[in-house]
Amino acid sequence: MSGVRLASNARVIAILGRRSVRQAFRRPQFLAPILLFPTLFLAINTGGAGRATQIPSFPPVHGFLDFQLAGAMLQSTMLAGVSGSIALAMDIEIGFIDRLFAAPIPRWTIVVGRLTATATLGVLSGAWFLTIGLVFGAHIEGGVAGALVIVLLVALNAAAFGALGAALALKSGSPSVAQGIFPLVFVILFLSSAYFPRNLLLEPAKTIADWNPMSLIAEGLRDPVIYGLSWSALGKGLGGIAIVMAIGAAWSASAMRRRLRTG
Amino acid sequence: MPAIETHALSRRFEGGIVAVAGIDLEVADGEIYAFLGPNGAGKTTTVRMLTTLLKPTGGTALVAGADVAKDPSAVRRAIGVALQEAALDPLMTGRELMVLQSTLHALPREEGERRSSALLERVGLTQAADRRIGTYSGGMRRRLDLATALVHDPKVLFLDEPTTGLDPVSRRAIWEEVEKLNREGTTVFLTTQYLEEADQLADRVGIIDNGSMAAEGTPRELKAQVGRPHLELVVAGGPAERAREVLGRFGESLPARDGLLMVSLEGGAGQVAAIVRALDDSGLTVESLKLVEPTLDDVFVEKTGRHLEGAEQKPAEADAAP
Repeated sequence: MSGVRLASNARVIAILGRRSVRQAFRRPQFLAPILLFPTLFLAINTGGAGRATQIPSFPPVHGFLDFQLAGAMLQSTMLAGVSGSIALAMDIEIGFIDRLFAAPIPRWTIVVGRLTATATLGVLSGAWFLTIGLVFGAHIEGGVAGALVIVLLVALNAAAFGALGAALALKSGSPSVAQGIFPLVFVILFLSSAYFPRNLLLEPAKTIADWNPMSLIAEGLRDPVIYGLSWSALGKGLGGIAIVMAIGAAWSASAMRRRLRTG
Repeated sequence: MPAIETHALSRRFEGGIVAVAGIDLEVADGEIYAFLGPNGAGKTTTVRMLTTLLKPTGGTALVAGADVAKDPSAVRRAIGVALQEAALDPLMTGRELMVLQSTLHALPREEGERRSSALLERVGLTQAADRRIGTYSGGMRRRLDLATALVHDPKVLFLDEPTTGLDPVSRRAIWEEVEKLNREGTTVFLTTQYLEEADQLADRVGIIDNGSMAAEGTPRELKAQVGRPHLELVVAGGPAERAREVLGRFGESLPARDGLLMVSLEGGAGQVAAIVRALDDSGLTVESLKLVEPTLDDVFVEKTGRHLEGAEQKPAEADAAP
């Protein structure tokens, strides 16, 4: 790809990303699931189940909030993916996507533009939950570097779930279908180590959590908080994200091809 | 080289539904071509194929010299598209959308901003440019849609039902803008279900029905195919027989009704003045006179055996329908 084309595609991705971020801020129902719901969930979980840390074999934490932050961030990024999916499906429904399809731009820039926006919202989410955590007494063992790694992982994770959301939107073209997967987010999260340590889960939840890539991501986000920075934590986080991203990217590409073929 | 050229262009959807069944078209450079037909006739499917939004399942189509299937990027660079429903994001402002559109067409930032401002002024939206599109009226949305389609100075402009749902004033504003663009050299391909729109705007009209071309030509040619204009008169000052005798010199006298005399104008509408003079010379006074010309609906009836939907309605009346 020539430099000029690369720069032109980068401009397209940037402006489509900016539009999507603006869209989220101008439509509160897009932003609420990313920040408000996980914050409430975090407050309820931390306040109501704080004594869980006293269970034998519970990981060494200063408080339940340290443990729960990863779950809140994971939930936030998954819901960012759902919000992105709804927004893209609305673009399809109102015909805005045809404006983009009729323009001389590569089709992949349309999806990447939206994922860039979702990743940006992920940065916001990461910063928000780390700030809340610090304000309410969480300890981040990994320090500033650990916090930066967490924000990076949250952003990448948002993009990965954004890819899944984009695929669903391109496949269905229906905002209500995209909205319909909202409850599924919670099921997937509860069947992982997002809210509870894997070693304390009962069967078959434990086996499912062992195979659920959300567990890898949750632990990748949690380890810098409760243990400090390590390559293994980073590897777990990136590995889980890579699985989700690979599925999302492949499905998105297939859904895009089908949409372009069938009109 | 024609601006648009298709040979046996067709589109079959899953389930075997044939939306477009082998259309041959040739639109000259600088022409306004109207594609006229009822809902479901295949107008939008044809436009979607010509604008690369839908792949043809048969035939070929060249737009601005590029093949829509083999070189869609070249087609997209050459065309401007304003689609049915005015696909606009209600959360964006008019200016944001214009700048987005200029970026999609790879205009440098400064040029994009300059073109955006100029086009917003051209369509009378400068004041509303920084308001969200969700607050715009239907006419403003259509004008904005038209402006976005022009941001890269396209060779060929596609307008899919550009005035559907608009009030007469907004409709007139769009027509004037389309005529102006055409005078500046842009080829315009528009679809419409309004006879008046096709009649007033188009150099040539293609009538499509059930995915096939039913007729094609200039509005005058098409109307001439279904009959000549006729004159309806009320005459005083003498017997009807004398009036009929005078009228018979100009064309076939048609059966009279309710005191009206009717004559088919073999020589066209230009004979009206001569008829009035001839009646006057015979001592007859013309009390009222009405020139009735065939309409494109008459052409549609002739070619398809039925009326175009809503043809009896004026566009404004059509708007008022629920």
